[in-house]
Amino acid sequence: MDAILLQILNGLDKGSAYALIALGLTLIFGTLGVVNFAHGALFMIGSFCSVTLSKLFSLSFETVDPTKLDFLGNPSKVTTPYVQAWFGPELGAAIIDWSVPLAILLAIPVMLIVGYVMERGLIKHFYKRAHADQILVTFGLAIVLQEIVKYFFGANPISAPAPEVFRGSLDFGPFFGLEANKVIYPYWRLVYFFFSAGIIAAVFAFLRFTTFGMVVRAGMADRETVGLLGIDIDKRFTVMFGIAAAVAGLAGVMYAPILSPNYQMGMDFLVLSFVVVVVGGMGSLPGAVLAGFLLGILQSFASMNEVKSVIPGIDQIIIYLVAIIILLTRPRGLMGRKGVMEE
Amino acid sequence: MSRSNFTRRGLLKTGAVAGTTFALPTIFTSRAANAFTNEPTGSSVTFGFNVPQTGAYAEEGMDELRAQQLAVEHLNGIGDGGMLSTFSSKVLTGAGLLGKEVKFVSGDTQTKADIARGTAQSMIQKDGVIMITGGSSSAEAIAVQGLCQEAGVIFMAGLTHSNDTTGKDRKANGFRHFFNAYMSGVALTPVLQKVYGSDRRAYHLTADYTWGWTQEASIAASTEAIGWQTVQKVMTPVGAGDFSSYLAPVLNSGADVLILNHYGADMVNSLTQAVQFGLRDKQVNGKNFEIVVPLYSELMAAGAGENIKGVYGSMNWNWQLQDAGTKAFVKSFGEKYGFPPSNAAQTCYAQIMLYADAVTRANSFNPCAVAEALEGFEFDGLGNGPTLYRKDDHQCFKDVLVMKGAEAPTSQYDNLEIVEITPVAQVTYAPDHPMFAGGALGDCNPGA
Repeated sequence: MDAILLQILNGLDKGSAYALIALGLTLIFGTLGVVNFAHGALFMIGSFCSVTLSKLFSLSFETVDPTKLDFLGNPSKVTTPYVQAWFGPELGAAIIDWSVPLAILLAIPVMLIVGYVMERGLIKHFYKRAHADQILVTFGLAIVLQEIVKYFFGANPISAPAPEVFRGSLDFGPFFGLEANKVIYPYWRLVYFFFSAGIIAAVFAFLRFTTFGMVVRAGMADRETVGLLGIDIDKRFTVMFGIAAAVAGLAGVMYAPILSPNYQMGMDFLVLSFVVVVVGGMGSLPGAVLAGFLLGILQSFASMNEVKSVIPGIDQIIIYLVAIIILLTRPRGLMGRKGVMEE
Repeated sequence: MSRSNFTRRGLLKTGAVAGTTFALPTIFTSRAANAFTNEPTGSSVTFGFNVPQTGAYAEEGMDELRAQQLAVEHLNGIGDGGMLSTFSSKVLTGAGLLGKEVKFVSGDTQTKADIARGTAQSMIQKDGVIMITGGSSSAEAIAVQGLCQEAGVIFMAGLTHSNDTTGKDRKANGFRHFFNAYMSGVALTPVLQKVYGSDRRAYHLTADYTWGWTQEASIAASTEAIGWQTVQKVMTPVGAGDFSSYLAPVLNSGADVLILNHYGADMVNSLTQAVQFGLRDKQVNGKNFEIVVPLYSELMAAGAGENIKGVYGSMNWNWQLQDAGTKAFVKSFGEKYGFPPSNAAQTCYAQIMLYADAVTRANSFNPCAVAEALEGFEFDGLGNGPTLYRKDDHQCFKDVLVMKGAEAPTSQYDNLEIVEITPVAQVTYAPDHPMFAGGALGDCNPGA
């Protein structure tokens, strides 16, 4: 029971990340019809927004301490962050400590701009090209973005810890009538789950309850008719590209304490997220969310020793196995719409 | 009336023979005029630095490359000479190698064995390198070592810790300066016994490839020898990223020690996530839950941040050692690059010095003469204390460092502290030790 509970919890936070990335992918595919292989790179850039803000907050001035020596035997330099000098040691330290959540404020404009530039500067030229062309160009773009990040931040993972108050774990055992310390779960992963749920709800609410969202949904259903009504649907779709980029970026920002940011992390998520999109149904936003959580939970269960002892290696193939089964039984995915990605 | 002797079959045979001859790589056809592969004939000799510049171990690879470039400078008489002055062998003068200027080419292995083999092959065939060094994973090292054996060049392995490199996959043309998983186990275990006792239950999470397998076997064997019980061994995919689903079962497994047989980004992530799961705050079997990382690197420790505090592991070398060789190398490297070298950098620098020294003593670039000079060579002054390049398996035997994540680092560079220097005698094993069985060096291949 405790093991099952733990794996459900694991699956929820893993699924949250898959769902957020897949949601952005589906938004882009559903509006612009573009298969965006650079979407994982947007997740990675978001993650590096936390690193960047942490580094900005940690910018320091140096003073020489003649009583200490550095590794070369020269007088040691003591660094003091400017924020601590300006706001006092305690407030300054708190600002640095909270750099990951605060990075959300940096990531939103940065990702909107990155998304806008990416769409206007490159991807719009490939709207009428074959999906293979779109995949090639966006995959190339992903590699370029990776290398840029590597140039500035190096290849090593960079630690981006959660605020002190969220370090440690919550004991779920007593909530379910289990022994204490049997089901413990990190606070930050819970934060991540609720954050993801909030973002997903906000995206759905935006599309459902705003005029802008209504026009976008209409455009997704029948782009031509919406255009004939005199609405500049392309402009709105460009904004949606920016929003999708921001969703991926925010997923990355908050994931930084779970997975130390490194320049390749986007690629690791990209393939899985595409499987999630396909399983959920191309172009279906609820499908992407549902499939994200479903595959996240299944992947967690497949990693259990009891399961692996019966089917060795199942943890590495479960997602693809489920994708095959679902596509054989429901070729359009769990919630796919007729006519999407079909000739 | 004359009849032509040409037949369709004859033409095909001739064509096939000619085609095969022309299609043979120059690596084979160019040997006829040379005594050995890529025999240097001009005023320079070229080394091949095959290191990951992208991929999971790229940071180690980049540091290796820095040290390799520094070594070439020192061999050519540029800079302060680094460990040339402390090396016990005094044949290197900083005037190149056998009168030739040392040059190098580098390749990006991408931390992938097949790519590493490809870049090494290109260096041998296109760039005419006389030896290859580098690599940051055992899978790479084993693949490149095999290629060098076939091609007839010397391979001076970089960062490779799997027992197999000088065990079942050992090759006559390959030499390893770095320590191995068995040595980590026997060095680390007495310290673990001293601090954590003999009654412990260990849970292993292991990277699923050659290095992970041999490290898990080595650490399990040495901890079981002091009375620890191995509760579970779980393989994890390389580059898993999120290890939560592998960490969750640890909580209720009854284990009170988690051994992370991970390296690079995998280690950074698995350790960070284990700490987030509160494992280090737990009490199991009436004892504090502990985490052990058998193989450390400075770059991994930096990536793991505060999570590394108090965690034990082992290293081949560390810049905080106080011997003359280490001091000279740290000064040279630190002044050039602005930070201390990693143990990956030191092993690559030492390998180049050892190769150059062997060439000079053998007075030949012939790989078999160089191999003979390296076999059984005893030296000192390269940072690891008195060291032997054992003839039987081409493994270096030297002291091993037991490390611990520093509780109160004073700078970003001293986040690991040396707990103990395990003497070489304690980590030496017989050439036919079961963990290294199943392979044979074979004969040196000069490639001619």
